[in-house]
Amino acid sequence: MQDIRKALYVGTRSDGRLIQRPMSPHLQIYRYRLSMVLSISNRLTGVAATGGAALGVFWLAAAAKGPKAFATARKVTGNPAGQLLLVGWLASVVYHTVGGIRHLIWDSGKRYDKEELNKDGPVAVGVTAGVSTVLAAGLLGVAAKRARALAKAGKAS
Amino acid sequence: MTDSAPHIEVMRSQLSRARGLGAGGSGTGHWWAERVTAASLLPLSTWFIIQMFRLGGADHAEVVKWGGKPVNATMLTALIITTFYHAQLGLQVIVDDYVHGKAHLPTRILVKLVTSLLGLLGVFAVIKLVAAGSRRS
Repeated sequence: MQDIRKALYVGTRSDGRLIQRPMSPHLQIYRYRLSMVLSISNRLTGVAATGGAALGVFWLAAAAKGPKAFATARKVTGNPAGQLLLVGWLASVVYHTVGGIRHLIWDSGKRYDKEELNKDGPVAVGVTAGVSTVLAAGLLGVAAKRARALAKAGKAS
Repeated sequence: MTDSAPHIEVMRSQLSRARGLGAGGSGTGHWWAERVTAASLLPLSTWFIIQMFRLGGADHAEVVKWGGKPVNATMLTALIITTFYHAQLGLQVIVDDYVHGKAHLPTRILVKLVTSLLGLLGVFAVIKLVAAGSRRS
C-alpha cells in the first residue's frame, strides 16, 4: 500500500476476506441536472441568509445604541450597494424558504418521485424569482417613499 | 492494489474502527430541531417582512418606538433566537460534511460561538429598546 488514505478504503466481505471498497464517482462525472443546483443552492442560501441575519442584528443593535450608530446603519441601508446586499439577503431567504418547504414535503413522503422532483424544480425557481422581485420592489419602494417624506419634513422644519 | 485481497497490517480491529466512526446518537434530535425551527420560522419571518413594509426607510425614533412595543419585542426575540438556533444546526451539518480532521472540532465550536453571540446581541438589543420605551412613557 503506497497511499495511507487507502487504509480507509479497506473493508471486509461477508466471508471475512479483506477487500478494497469502491470509491463513489467525483462530482464532474455526473451529467448536469437542475436538481443538483437547487440542492446546493439551498445550502448556499442558508449561509447567505445567516450572513443577512447577522446584518439585521447589527441594524437592531445600532438602533439600540443610539441615533449616531443608527445613522451609520442607515448609510448602509440607504445606498445602492447596501440595498443590493439587502435584496440578496431577501432572495436568499425566499429561496431557502421555498427549498425548506420542499424538504418538509419530502419529509412527509410526498413529491419525492423522479418525475415530481423534475417537475417541481422549475416551479421553485419561478416562485423564488416572482416572490423575491415583488417583495424587493415593494420594500425598496416603501423605503424610498419614506426617505423622500423625511427629507421633505427635514427641509420644512 | 491488485485485484487479490490486499494484505494490510492494522493493529486496530475493524470493530474498534467502526465503533469510533459510528452514529453519535444525537442525529434524530438534530433532525427534528432543524425541522421544528424551520416550521416556526415560516410565520416569524413572514411577520418580520410585513413589519419591514411598515418600517422601510424609518428614522431612529420610529425604529426605537417600534422595537419597544411588547408584542414586537416578543416576536423579534422569538425570531432572533429561532433564526440563530436554526443557523447553528444548519451550519453544523455543513461543517460536518466539508471540514475534516483536526480542523473539524474547532470549526464546530466556532460556529456555535458566533451564532450564539449574534443571537445574544440581537436579544440584548431588543431588551435595550424595550427599556428605552418604558423610560419614555
